[in-house]
Amino acid sequence: MDDILLLDAIERYLREEMSPEERAYFENLRNTTPEIDQMVVEHNMFLHQIADYSANIQIKQTLHEVHQNLLERGDLNEGGTLNTKGKVIQFFNKYKRVTTIAASVGGVIALFISGLAMYFSTAVNDPKLEQLGKDLEVVKKNQQYQGNIINEVTSKIPINARLLSGGSGFLVDVKGYIVTNAHILKGTGAIVVNSKGKEFKSSIVLIDHVKDLAILKINDDEYEAIKSIPYTIQKSNSDLGEEIFTLGYPRNEIVYGMGYLSAKSGFNGDSLSYQIQISANPGNSGGPVFNKNGEVIGVLSTKQAQADGVAFAVKSKNIHSIIEDLKKSDTAFQRVKLPNKSSLKGVERKVQINKLEDCVYFVKAYGK
Amino acid sequence: MKGDTNEQALLKGLAHNDSKAVEIIYKDNFNMIQTFILNNNGSYDEARDIFQEAMIALYEKSQTDSFVLTCQIKTYLYSVCRRLWLKRLQQMGRFTGSVDGFEETVAVEEDLETHEKRNAEFVIMDRALNSLGEPCKSLLQGYYLKKMDMTALAAEFGYTNADNAKNQKYKCLMRLKKLFFSQYNIGE
Repeated sequence: MDDILLLDAIERYLREEMSPEERAYFENLRNTTPEIDQMVVEHNMFLHQIADYSANIQIKQTLHEVHQNLLERGDLNEGGTLNTKGKVIQFFNKYKRVTTIAASVGGVIALFISGLAMYFSTAVNDPKLEQLGKDLEVVKKNQQYQGNIINEVTSKIPINARLLSGGSGFLVDVKGYIVTNAHILKGTGAIVVNSKGKEFKSSIVLIDHVKDLAILKINDDEYEAIKSIPYTIQKSNSDLGEEIFTLGYPRNEIVYGMGYLSAKSGFNGDSLSYQIQISANPGNSGGPVFNKNGEVIGVLSTKQAQADGVAFAVKSKNIHSIIEDLKKSDTAFQRVKLPNKSSLKGVERKVQINKLEDCVYFVKAYGK
Repeated sequence: MKGDTNEQALLKGLAHNDSKAVEIIYKDNFNMIQTFILNNNGSYDEARDIFQEAMIALYEKSQTDSFVLTCQIKTYLYSVCRRLWLKRLQQMGRFTGSVDGFEETVAVEEDLETHEKRNAEFVIMDRALNSLGEPCKSLLQGYYLKKMDMTALAAEFGYTNADNAKNQKYKCLMRLKKLFFSQYNIGE
């Protein structure tokens, strides 16, 4: 009989894979042939050896794995580095959730404290804050880029006057009243440029350094009042997490930015402003901060110098109060009226911007 | 009696190489053994070796048909470890004459003898397998240890069909058996 077939038969016999007839035949063969019987016994023993050997490898592996697992969980202690590793992992596993919570609480507290640290000081004078008005150099540089417009600038700016700073502003009354930041208006007067690059002469009619707000009035024959302003100025406070966007002039072109309201108070807990998360650059100052419905909720004013994306906006209700102040200051301003109809709710952002950009102006301040 | 049923269940798990059961036994007993070894001139590594050796001895014992553990797992493991450690200390010439430890012990000499004999057999098998060379070693491991069928093995090793693989396996097996039994019989 072929050896291979025989061995195969023996293996099948030992694994009890034979059919009853075959098994009977094979057992008969074992009985009558001592050599085959011997082979069966020997092979059976050998297979057991192999099986035990295999089981031994497996239990060793299990033991090794269990040991490693227990070590990692810190249930075992083996001193030295392994011990530390076990402990660290154990502690990590144990306090994972607590750590996460603590970290977020810590984060919130850190933000809060950074806001609280200098509650009573004027935010504007703090070195940690950067006013977003463009300084002279930047504006000068921009003028050089502007080619044609530079002639217009000189034409609108009174002779002998120097350009001091720039920023953004936005209409609050179709008659040409523009709200901007007080810190932009360093000089004696300002011109405003609309999104199409057209310049208009304007005068500062009210400036409030505490609120860091100012009102300009366009005094230019070329100014054509638009029919209506598509946004309202929100009187109430906005909610945390609210999606916001802004339009402004960090460059000579209008720039859109998006972010969210991150705190209900501003730098050092300044209750006049919000903290917002948005990328703001010099030139964005005085620009409007809109909520997703296209309503003005604030005026972008400063950003935290060391923290990227952290900016502050003067709350829009302050616009209401300075308009009241303005009305009181002179009877000529009695008829100033803030817009009362918001027409951008639920409209696609592109369309909102399209409508809004006509109302956002580039403000350039000059002085002698 | 609850403890006893628990221990029985654990031993049953161990006999089937169930990692959950192994883990429980491990966790409950390792520290005691480690302390014992460390207190008696041993290192962390040695503690692990000795303990795992004892676990394997218990595993082998649990495999036998006539298996009964007449004491607690803890006592048994401690006894084995103590015995193994004493032996190792003697071999290394580190034995100082007395070993500290006040746990009760049971007689494990017989079990350890069986265990050592088995270990010797495994060493022989290991040596035989390793001197086979490839692809014989992997082929036989695939068939006898990993329990793969001939068709899968033929595919894995690139034989054109299962019969050719079987042929090759037969040749390898014959060599392995020869290697193994030559050593094994010397050992006897």
